[in-house]
Amino acid sequence: MTPAVRLVLSHFWVAVAAFGVGAMMAVMQALARAGVELPFGTANLYYLSVTAHGVLLALVFTTFFIMALGYLVVETTLGRIAGPSWAWAGFWLASIGTVITTVAILSGTSTVLYTFYPPLLAHPAFYIGATLLVVGSWVWCGVMIASFVSWRRANRGTRPPLAAHGMLTAVIIWILATAGLAVEVVILILPWSVGLVDRIDPIVARTYFWWFGHPLTYFWLVPAYVLWYTMIPRVAGGKLFSDALTRVVFIQFILFSTPVGFHHQFTDPGIAGGWKLLHTFTTYAIMFPSLVTAFTVTASLEYAGRARGGAGTFGWIGKLPWSDPFFSSVALSMVTFALGGFGGAINAAYAMNAMIHNTAWVQGHFHLTVGTAVTLSFMGFSYWMLPRVTGRALVWPRVASVQPYLWFIGMQFFSIPSHIAGLMGMPRRVYTGEFHGIEAAQAWIPLVNISAVGGVILFVSAMCWVGVLAGTMFVMPRGATRPIEYAEPMVAPPDGASLWDRLGLWTAVAIVLIIIAYAQPLYHLHTMARFPSRGFSPF
Amino acid sequence: MQVDRYERYWMWAASGMLALFLVAIVVTAVSGGAHPPSHVETINPETLDIGTEFATPGVVTAPDGSLTVVMRAELYVFKPDVVRLPVGRPVRFRITTPDVLHGFQIVGTNVNLTVAPGYVSEGTTTFTEPGEYLVVCNEYCGLGHHNMYSRIVVEAAP
Repeated sequence: MTPAVRLVLSHFWVAVAAFGVGAMMAVMQALARAGVELPFGTANLYYLSVTAHGVLLALVFTTFFIMALGYLVVETTLGRIAGPSWAWAGFWLASIGTVITTVAILSGTSTVLYTFYPPLLAHPAFYIGATLLVVGSWVWCGVMIASFVSWRRANRGTRPPLAAHGMLTAVIIWILATAGLAVEVVILILPWSVGLVDRIDPIVARTYFWWFGHPLTYFWLVPAYVLWYTMIPRVAGGKLFSDALTRVVFIQFILFSTPVGFHHQFTDPGIAGGWKLLHTFTTYAIMFPSLVTAFTVTASLEYAGRARGGAGTFGWIGKLPWSDPFFSSVALSMVTFALGGFGGAINAAYAMNAMIHNTAWVQGHFHLTVGTAVTLSFMGFSYWMLPRVTGRALVWPRVASVQPYLWFIGMQFFSIPSHIAGLMGMPRRVYTGEFHGIEAAQAWIPLVNISAVGGVILFVSAMCWVGVLAGTMFVMPRGATRPIEYAEPMVAPPDGASLWDRLGLWTAVAIVLIIIAYAQPLYHLHTMARFPSRGFSPF
Repeated sequence: MQVDRYERYWMWAASGMLALFLVAIVVTAVSGGAHPPSHVETINPETLDIGTEFATPGVVTAPDGSLTVVMRAELYVFKPDVVRLPVGRPVRFRITTPDVLHGFQIVGTNVNLTVAPGYVSEGTTTFTEPGEYLVVCNEYCGLGHHNMYSRIVVEAAP
């Protein structure tokens, strides 16, 4: 095993372990909501597990997986990981932070959910662990940027490989996003949680949280898009439809993923409607690159299907390698993301948001997007990557082939009823949806029960994924490794870096957009007469 | 940059769709007043009981006949827990909290507010049907979150 592979796999296994634990929390929640009597089913454990599920999946699983993918991409496209000892330091910082936060959650002293909105007050260890996780990820950002800069110095004027361009986009989005999180946690929350400061303003804290919270979703999505654009066309037997346009798509994510946070705060007091409308515009702008992605990746797949002998308008679809778990994972992710994207357009629709804000619709929405488009893509990629870098064949290839379909089906059962229940008014994150048998709540009970069936299917699928990966690692003999191969573009791009490769320039433009979107409302919030709140720990 | 003809059409169509969405949002906001709740008003959450309207929550009828419901969200109750209102008249809700974040969602209406200590949230609606409406807290507030609800009884005009 090369040092780079060891680094990649260390991050990868932390992600898989976090996923396994988080999935167990999830199935318990789905069953508890459906009223199944569990020996450990109390409100206390329910909200504790919602916190653990959110932190372990949305923050730990995604971050470690993306760090693993980032290192793999710079190693295989740029031929270097600059500062491997820094990379290991980042890994240990993030791992220690994860352990500290997880222990804080499991001790029951930090049941604040993964959004940890003040004035809910968790044990300081919860925030300290989360900070270490983010600091570890910043070290990753530094190593990724140093690797890219080192490559560019040695290859002046050469167009950077597309996959590296995409992963650097994710790095930049993460830095822009976590700037807001750092203000919230380091400046506002940490001094307050250890008692140095008495009070905190919940709306100011929320505003910094959502500065972070939406680009966070693009930090998840852009690495999935790297798989869709730079690997899947080749896995399907074809080529990438357009290299040049793909770079434009990534740059648009740098520009528009951050100045959009108020669309999570449409119902908040203290923020004027005009600023919410401005963030509505930028939120719709960020849908554009995803719509382009839908065309480019689908066109690449059509090319692949025709290259495999498919004919007619739809004949190429059946020729695609549907039993290859990497391919099927991404194809099913794309279908699911189309549904999730249109739901997102409703979430972002200014006044219409009031119909679904904080209802079960929202949990349905993000299980289609991060819970499937991103997660299922990562699952499929794991089946492809692990045999290549370790030389071990998949232990149960049939299970691997079926698992993505199980996830897809389970997620439809989970998410579609959640959307409908949300439209009927059922709130999200409730231990029980019954409200003491009050009439209006009766209508959504059957939907909650269907969601629970989806939750069980998802759990089976999750355990299949973890089982195949662990079995491959521990049971299968080591053989010859194979290279990580990237898709060729259909038309070779012109030599030399273009305007769309100037990541520094676009980052500067993105910062200007963030200032336009946030400077005035934050100034207003900070300077108005406010009454910050002391902390509460009602758990 | 070389962009395929069909992809160009697609990009125009995508842009057109997003523009249509935004035009619909702006037109309904400007002409129909369809805005999210964005009331800007602060209040000391630790002295709500001292001479503020939130010391005595309930329905207030102004001299001009307009209706305001003053409410409090607290760990795990809404006050008052039953509100009686007439059908067909615009009602303004004013709500705040002395403790953590809560949600104030009247199921089956467009009222969906974040309630934060230190701030007053406002929302307006007109109940067009008589009946019993469920009010839920939709922002996690602690271990009793799922027990936090109240009712609004809308009565037919006499």
